[in-house]
Amino acid sequence: MKTLPFLLEKEFKQMARHLFLPKMFIIFPVIMTLLLPWAADPSIDNIPLALVDRDASPRSLRLARALTATGDFRLATRPPSFPLALEDISAGRAEIILEIPPRFSADLQREGRATLLIAANGVNGTRGGLAAAALATLVGETAGGNPLPLQLHTLQRFNPTADYKPFMIPALLVMLMTLLCGFLPALNIVGEKESGTIEQINVTPVGKFTFIAAKLIPYWLLGAVILAYGILLANLFYGLTPAGSIGTIYLFALLFVPGIAGMGLIVSNHSATMQQAMFVMFFFLILFLLMSGFFSPVESMPAWARAIAACNPLKYFVQAIRAVYLKGSAAADLREQLLALAAFALLTNAWAVWSFRKSS
Amino acid sequence: MTAAIEIDALAKHFGATGALNGVTVNVERGEIFGLIGPDGSGKSTLFRLLVTLLLPDGGRATVEGLDIVKDFLKIRARVGYMPGRFSLYPDLTVEENLHLFATLFGVRVEDNRPLIQRVYSHIEPFRRRRASALSGGMKQKLALSCALIHRPSVLFLDEPTTGIDPVSRAELWETLADLKRQGVTVMVSTPYMDEARLCDRVALMQSGRFLDVASPPEIVARHGTTTWAARAERMSKLLTDLRAHPTVETCYAFGDRHHVTPRPGASPLLLRAAMETLGHRQVEISEILPGIEDCFIRIAGQPPREP
Repeated sequence: MKTLPFLLEKEFKQMARHLFLPKMFIIFPVIMTLLLPWAADPSIDNIPLALVDRDASPRSLRLARALTATGDFRLATRPPSFPLALEDISAGRAEIILEIPPRFSADLQREGRATLLIAANGVNGTRGGLAAAALATLVGETAGGNPLPLQLHTLQRFNPTADYKPFMIPALLVMLMTLLCGFLPALNIVGEKESGTIEQINVTPVGKFTFIAAKLIPYWLLGAVILAYGILLANLFYGLTPAGSIGTIYLFALLFVPGIAGMGLIVSNHSATMQQAMFVMFFFLILFLLMSGFFSPVESMPAWARAIAACNPLKYFVQAIRAVYLKGSAAADLREQLLALAAFALLTNAWAVWSFRKSS
Repeated sequence: MTAAIEIDALAKHFGATGALNGVTVNVERGEIFGLIGPDGSGKSTLFRLLVTLLLPDGGRATVEGLDIVKDFLKIRARVGYMPGRFSLYPDLTVEENLHLFATLFGVRVEDNRPLIQRVYSHIEPFRRRRASALSGGMKQKLALSCALIHRPSVLFLDEPTTGIDPVSRAELWETLADLKRQGVTVMVSTPYMDEARLCDRVALMQSGRFLDVASPPEIVARHGTTTWAARAERMSKLLTDLRAHPTVETCYAFGDRHHVTPRPGASPLLLRAAMETLGHRQVEISEILPGIEDCFIRIAGQPPREP
């Protein structure tokens, strides 16, 4: 254990001398917080609409105006028939079609009801579905011209404007921690294997616990700094501040980072080359990201997928950090997530120490 | 007093093939013990077993009386190991590498300075240079300095002179002689036969076995036979023609000459005449003293390294 400070000094020296790594620590979080929330935003905005108005009555004109007034849709084309509207979709001029039948106004007048046709481009299923639902709601609200006796109000609790960013950025911080604190230690150890330096260390009396600690601690510290940096950037660019305490976020990071770093170590212990380690880590990263509730809620996954997600540390950290940012939850409200992350950290680190063999 | 290294029927298998098929030898304290053999003959595996990087599949071995399986931690504190491939941190400087290894062994560089002085003095002017920027010879000197910094009583060197210049090679062997005088036991593998002569004893290795273990003069006395050195204008055609001649038992290329082992009753003069009849010009054939490499070929039926 006496040698630990010297091994740590060596790790930091090597990190600082790396040409690429220190730059990445600075640039990566900026790019992630600046670009990704915009790119990964699934909410609908400015969708090109093809309106087939075969009624051409004052009422149908009013409807068309009302639809484009919200900004969610813009009137892209006005084809005279449905087949021509479909051509607009094929050509990419429109994403969604609203067909108003010839007797729309008359039917509404006489029978108090009318039928409209909405057809959305399903190539991007999520966007198409969302756009169709939004259009249906809009039409329902404005078509009648007179207010319905029953009014429906939707309220987004904790995120009143249903803005995508306060929801996405905390999760991006988790992704950042995963990449920097899970990937890098794994590649670091495999790098020592590839260059043969690990052999030279292995013939010294340094214990395996000391060696692994010297590999992990720099990334824990780095993770803590990067998290502060990420929180700062989120505040700078989007004015986001966690509703809860930053201390709670750090408590979760304190459990998550050793867990994911431990996982990286396990991968490196079982890989002989950088390429192999990289491939396995990518596999887990993609699996973890898609099954974490990062993009789509875990609750709406099938039972087997929920079972896999239950073993996913990212799921718990994403849940916790979103809860702290948006709801202001305290650690006591997030006991399940806390316990799950602690268990994951214990498991991976025990496995990492066990699987790190100095001789075979 | 036990021997510095005791090896008894030590074996290690990788998959189905045996990298080391049971070797036995005792290396005395202060001895320079050489391992001679082609690539894949098990030299590096033997080193890795003795420095506790591998666990044996059979047999046993002790280093300084310590068992390589049970007492591996104690062994690590007392041996120095220089792997065949440069394995220091390329992104740390010369000085930083040396200090790191001193610290890992719990010693100070200044305390053991005299021991490494001879090698380290050559690279000291470059102490602030990163190890990656050193030449091959300087890298080996740094590796040797790092392997010696904790004053090991047994030193393991896996092909320390491969790919470095003749001057550096000579300096390295002077250092080994120095260490021997200070009572350090050295086990060294080398592909160079002239270096084999500098060892107290050598083991000739092939396919994970010791073919013979003895001092270099003994090896020659035991296995050496009449040897001729031959040269002519067209060396590659000469090799083919010599091998085809009925009075030649074996013939191998050795640097700028071919070494011929003749059959009983053959004469160098007649062989020269035969070669001249085949169109060779400026043929010279003379008797020489056989070397270790000639002996190796006689026992193993193959040269210890590619010419």
